[in-house]
Amino acid sequence: MPILEHPAYPPATLLCLESLVPCRESQVSMLLSIFGERQQLSFPSIFIYGHTSSGKTYVMKTLLNTLQLPHVFVNCVECFTSRLLLEEILIQLHNGSSETKQASPVPCDTFNDFVRLFKQALTSQNLQDQTVYVVLDRAEQLREMEANVLPAFLRLQELTDRNVTVILLSEIVWEMFRPNTGCFEPFILYFPDYSIGHLQKILSQNHPPEYSADFYSAYINILLGVFYMVCRDLKELQHLAALNFSKYCEPVVRREAKERDTRKLWKNIEPHLKKAMQTVYLREISSSQWERLQCEEEEPGQIKGLSAHAHVELPYYSKFLLIAAYLASYNPARTDKRFFLKHHGKIKKTNFMKKHEKTSNHLLGPKPFPLDRLLAILYSIVDNRVAPTANIFSQHIYCGHDENWTIC
Amino acid sequence: MTGFNAKSISRARISMYCCLHHRHLLELLKQTAVHGESNSALIIGPRGSGKTALLNHVLKDLREMKQVKENLLEVHLNGLLQTNDKVALKEITRQLHLENVVGDKVFGSFAENLVFLLEALRKGDRTSSCPVLFVLDEFDLFVHHKNQTLLYNLFDVSQSAQTPVTVIGLTCRQDILELLEKRVKSRFSHRRIYLMNSFAFKQYIRIFKEQLSLPAEFPDKAFAQKWNSNIQLLSEDKAVQDVLQNLFHYSKDLRSLHFLLMLALSNVTVRHPLITASDLQEASKQYRMDSKANIVHGLSVLEICLIIAMKHLNEVYEGEPFNFQMVYNEFQKFIQRKAHCMYNFEKPVVMKAFEHLLQLELVKPIERPSVRSQREYLLMELLLDNNQIMDALQVYPNCPTDVKQWAASSLSWL
Repeated sequence: MPILEHPAYPPATLLCLESLVPCRESQVSMLLSIFGERQQLSFPSIFIYGHTSSGKTYVMKTLLNTLQLPHVFVNCVECFTSRLLLEEILIQLHNGSSETKQASPVPCDTFNDFVRLFKQALTSQNLQDQTVYVVLDRAEQLREMEANVLPAFLRLQELTDRNVTVILLSEIVWEMFRPNTGCFEPFILYFPDYSIGHLQKILSQNHPPEYSADFYSAYINILLGVFYMVCRDLKELQHLAALNFSKYCEPVVRREAKERDTRKLWKNIEPHLKKAMQTVYLREISSSQWERLQCEEEEPGQIKGLSAHAHVELPYYSKFLLIAAYLASYNPARTDKRFFLKHHGKIKKTNFMKKHEKTSNHLLGPKPFPLDRLLAILYSIVDNRVAPTANIFSQHIYCGHDENWTIC
Repeated sequence: MTGFNAKSISRARISMYCCLHHRHLLELLKQTAVHGESNSALIIGPRGSGKTALLNHVLKDLREMKQVKENLLEVHLNGLLQTNDKVALKEITRQLHLENVVGDKVFGSFAENLVFLLEALRKGDRTSSCPVLFVLDEFDLFVHHKNQTLLYNLFDVSQSAQTPVTVIGLTCRQDILELLEKRVKSRFSHRRIYLMNSFAFKQYIRIFKEQLSLPAEFPDKAFAQKWNSNIQLLSEDKAVQDVLQNLFHYSKDLRSLHFLLMLALSNVTVRHPLITASDLQEASKQYRMDSKANIVHGLSVLEICLIIAMKHLNEVYEGEPFNFQMVYNEFQKFIQRKAHCMYNFEKPVVMKAFEHLLQLELVKPIERPSVRSQREYLLMELLLDNNQIMDALQVYPNCPTDVKQWAASSLSWL
C-alpha cells in the first residue's frame, strides 16, 4: 500500500521517493499537499524545525530532487552575510538549468536589488509558471544578519509578486525567531525525533552484504543499549556503528563464536563500546586512530584521549606556584591573614557570609587575584627562604597563567 | 485548492470592509486622481487585519474609472526593501521611469532631487502634472531612517500645492504618530484609517464558511454542490464551533484561520474528499502544539536529567543563574542516592549533553562567553518553566521511573 499519493506526480516517482525516506512518510505527504501541483501557488513561507539529524535537510533535498522541482539550496552558515546569501541564491538560479557553471557572481548589495534581479532571473530561466523553492538551511543564522532579511524572506512571494516559496530549516523553535513588531507568520511544520524503533530500522538498513540482516540488527540493538541514554543523534550513531562493527565481528571471523552466540559477542563488544564513549564519542581521539587501535589489538585500558596528556612533571618552585595560585583562586582575600600569618585574630562572620555559605566556592569557579597576592602566599607556604629572582618569575610564564591570574 | 483559497480570502476581507473604509479611501484617492488635490493618510491595523488587501481592492476600483485610467502614476515603496533614503530615491526614479531623465545629474539634497522628479512629470503644456500616488508599506520602518528625510519631503510636497501627490502609509504600530518627528508630524494631515478586526464570533463563522466554499466558476459542478453543503453542515456542528471559538479567543486575525484551514485541508485526498469535524480538531491540536515541549520530547535521558537538575536548582535558589558545575553536582547527588537505572557517566560526556542543550537554546548564557571565563563556570539560565517540564515528562517515551520521581520532588532523597 503506497503511503504517498498525489495526482500531480507519477506513482512510480512517489514510490521511489517513499523508499528513500523511511519513517518520514507523514511529513512528506504533508509537504506534498502544501506544494500542490507545479503551477499552483503554495504557502509563501514554511518553517520546519526538529532535532539535529531528524532528517530535515535530507528529506527536503530528496523530495525536491526526486520530483525535479526547481529549487535553490543555501546553507546560512556558509553564506553568513546577507550579501553572500543573496548572491548565492542568484548564482544558483542562473546555474539551475544550464550545464556550464558560471563563476562570476551577480553583484547584489541590498534586498531591493535582490528582488529586481530575482525577477529577472526567473524570466530568463523560464520559471514563471512553476513554483520555485528557496530553501535556507540553518536558518537561525538569519537572526544575526540585518533586521530586514528575515521578514523580507518570509514575504518574498508578496514582494516579488512571483510564484516562489521560501522554506526555512532550523533546530531552534519559531518563538526565538519572531521579530519585535511581528512578521508574516510562516507555516510551521515539526519533524518529530526518531523513536528507538525508527532508529533501529534506519540503522539496520546499512548492513554490509557479507552478514545477515538479523546479525546486524542484533549488533544495532547492543549499540543502542549502550548509547541511547546519552545520545539520540542519528549521524553520531551511524558513525559509531560503522566504526565498531569490525570489532563486533571479530569472534565470528576468528571462529571463536557463531553468529547466533549473542552472549559471547556481547561480552566481547561491551567494554569496547564503553571505552568508545569516553574517547571517540567525545572526539578525544580521531576515528582513524580508533580504527588503528582496534587492528593492533591493544588492551582497552591503554587508549589515551587528549585529556590524558594533561599530566606534566613540573619543577620544584612551579609546583609551589601552582598550589599558591590554587589557594589564591579559591580562598577569599580576607581569610589570607588567618591562614598564612603566625599571629592572627578571629574573623567575625558577617551577614554577607552567612547568606552565601550554601554555595561552596568550588561550584562558583576560580576568582581572579593580583600577582602580589600570589607571591605573598608562595613565600608563606614554602619552608625555606625564596629569593625573588628571575627564575621564579620565568616559572610564572611556564605555568601558563593568563594576565588576570586565575587557575584553570 | 490553495489557489482558490487565496482568492477567497481577499473576497472575505473585502466583504468586511466594503461599507465604511473602502468608500472613505476611494473618495480620498479620487480627489487626488481626478481633482488634483494632495492628501496623506495612514492605514493602521495589527498584522493580518487586511490593510494591503483593502488598498489593493480600492486601487483596482480606482484604475477602472474612466477619468483615472491614463492619469494616475503609482510608486510602491516597502520599508523592508528600501532600507535607507538613497535607495528609496533610486527606487522612486525607477518606478516613475525617469532614469534617462535623471541620467548622471548630481543633486545637492534630497529635496532638490524629489522636486526635479516631480517637475519632470508635468504634462506638455506645463499647466498640470500627473497626480502621483505614493504607497509606503511597513511605514514604521521609514521612521527609523536618518532625519526622516524621505517622509519629511513627501509630506512637504503633499502640503505644497504644486504637484498633486497622495501619500498612503500602512503600518502595524498603533503608536506611529509618536515616532514621527515634530516637523514631519505637522505636515501630515492626521487622517487615519483604523482596521481593527472588529467582527463578532457570528461573522467569524460566516467568514469561515465563505473561505471554504467553492466559487460558482468551479468546473465540477456536482462536486462543488456536495462540498458546499458539507461546509454548511460543518459550520453548524457544535464541535467545529468549539474549535473556531478556541481560535477566536486566541487571535482574531484571518491569517491564523487560514493556517488552521490549510492544516485541515491537507488531509483531503481522493479517498477522503470531504472535510470532517475530526479533521478540524486534529488541525487545531497541531496548531496549538507547544514547540518547546516537542523539542524536549526528543532529548536523551541524560539531557532530561540535566534539565531536572536545573529545575531543582531554580527552586532552591529562586531563579538565580547557575553554571554547569552546579548542575553536574546536583546530577551526581541524584546518581549516588537514587538511581539504579542510570549509569554514572563521566564528566566530559555530561558536558557534551549540556552543550547540546545550549545549542538547542533551551539554556542560554546570561552574558557572552569571554576568553577569561571557563565553560564550566559560565552563568546560565533555563528557558523552560516548571509546568512545561512536568508536562513534557508525562509524554516522554520510556522515561525511567527514578527520573520521574526525582522530577516530582527533590526532597525525597534527603
